[in-house]
Amino acid sequence: MDTTASYNDKVVRQFAIMTVIWGIVGMLVGLIIAAQLMWPALNFDLPYLTFSRLRPLHTNAVIFAFGGCALFGTSYYVVQRTCHARLAFGKLAAFTFWGWQLIIVLAAITLPLGITQSKEYAELEWPIDLLIAVVWVAYAIVFFGTIYQRRIKHIYVANWFYGAFIITVAVLHIFNNLAIPVTLTKSYQIYTGVIDAMMQWWYGHNAVGFFLTAGFLGMMYYFVPKQAGRPVYSYRLSVVHFWSLIAVYMWAGPHHLHYTSLPDWAQTLGMVFSIILLAPSWGGMINGIMTLSGAWHKLRSDPIIKFMIVGLSFYGMSTFEGPMMSIKTVNALSHYTEWTIGHVHSGALGWVGMMTIGSIYCLLPRLYNKDSMYSTKLIDFHFWTATIGVVLYAVSMWVAGIGEGLMSRAVNADGTLTYAFIEILASKYPYYGMRLLGGLVYFVGMVVMAYNVYKTVAKEKPVPVAVMDPA
Amino acid sequence: MDINDIRGLLTALLLFSFVGLWIWAWSSRRKAEFEASAALPLEEDHYMTNSEQENN
Repeated sequence: MDTTASYNDKVVRQFAIMTVIWGIVGMLVGLIIAAQLMWPALNFDLPYLTFSRLRPLHTNAVIFAFGGCALFGTSYYVVQRTCHARLAFGKLAAFTFWGWQLIIVLAAITLPLGITQSKEYAELEWPIDLLIAVVWVAYAIVFFGTIYQRRIKHIYVANWFYGAFIITVAVLHIFNNLAIPVTLTKSYQIYTGVIDAMMQWWYGHNAVGFFLTAGFLGMMYYFVPKQAGRPVYSYRLSVVHFWSLIAVYMWAGPHHLHYTSLPDWAQTLGMVFSIILLAPSWGGMINGIMTLSGAWHKLRSDPIIKFMIVGLSFYGMSTFEGPMMSIKTVNALSHYTEWTIGHVHSGALGWVGMMTIGSIYCLLPRLYNKDSMYSTKLIDFHFWTATIGVVLYAVSMWVAGIGEGLMSRAVNADGTLTYAFIEILASKYPYYGMRLLGGLVYFVGMVVMAYNVYKTVAKEKPVPVAVMDPA
Repeated sequence: MDINDIRGLLTALLLFSFVGLWIWAWSSRRKAEFEASAALPLEEDHYMTNSEQENN
């Protein structure tokens, strides 16, 4: 059989299934650490289970394992369909799958052992960082190789977003992780002091901007039109959306370092660019939501569309909240409080999670030549657990965080602090419970998804899909 | 000419490119291509039949 006649969907299927599995693992670790904040004894006095070691495991698992597998899988699917070409370098694509899984397993081993660079979202030590760089370059070769071999003149907008995500993450990862190794498990960063901090948050915020935003916008620009059965609302807006988003995001990092030793002008620069970011973010959100115009009735009957539209709504909310929190005076209240955690999770569970879940539900039946998932009712159930879970999570962390900020800055007439640390902590306690409940509800939905996915794909033999003719 | 002139020129250049991008994207010459592109996700997969799989 001429293998170039069909799309390479094997690697897409592998990544799609692992997205669901890593989602469950990562969110389970999140649940455990949320419970530890309520009941610290749950670390059982074992160093491997302390909050400090499990928290990076949670963030790495949900961002790079769950989100990463979703991005690899959907980008491989989308680039083939919109280029009318089979994925380039099949063996290299398989290498990116197995390499990425190995990296995830290595992270799951080293982080509980306490092997860490102590850089947020870049905790993994240098040997794993090198492996990430190799896998990522292979990813770029496969993705751009496919675009090079395209049999359609135009490069579809989703591929621009995926492409920007791949290039930028390579640059961010390599430069933020420059370090001098001293042993196999220990290295020292080449940056020092405030330069190290600025590099870290240039990386950290662009991980949000390009990994968790640009990549998932690529997903949005393919799967929302696909599921809605409508073309992209405004293609020319998507062009302006792309260039303005990638031009502005790069400068927003310093808002993570307000009121630190970072020079004041750099803080203000970060703040101004963060506020400007509202425009491209909302332009993209409107473009996604308006793609449904003329098909609004589908919101009543199709839970996959509900996932996508509510995901976009959370994108809109968190990209309004983010610029607001980057304003120095607001940040003086919000920074170092639970509000930040609430903000991150309305973006992560709301936008990234729901867009991923919706896209996987749209994608999986197609990968197995089926009309739909095993159960649409279970998708609807999942939708409601996800929505209620995010709302419980975000609301509890807003209340806890704003209260925490206000109590932290309260002073008596004689200038002493009104509240002791323990009083502030006690005030957050009920909201920790509410957050745990929200996370649990969201997690239950993921388990239901796994069952639905299993029933959909088990015993199914995939059918090859013919590569479309040049256009 | 010092560094601040270069900064000013660069800012002006970026601003004009941004306006240029809008003009380019909204030009009527782009309309047909963009409409075709916007509909790309709507193409449906063709699953190969047994004979197609064997012939290929």
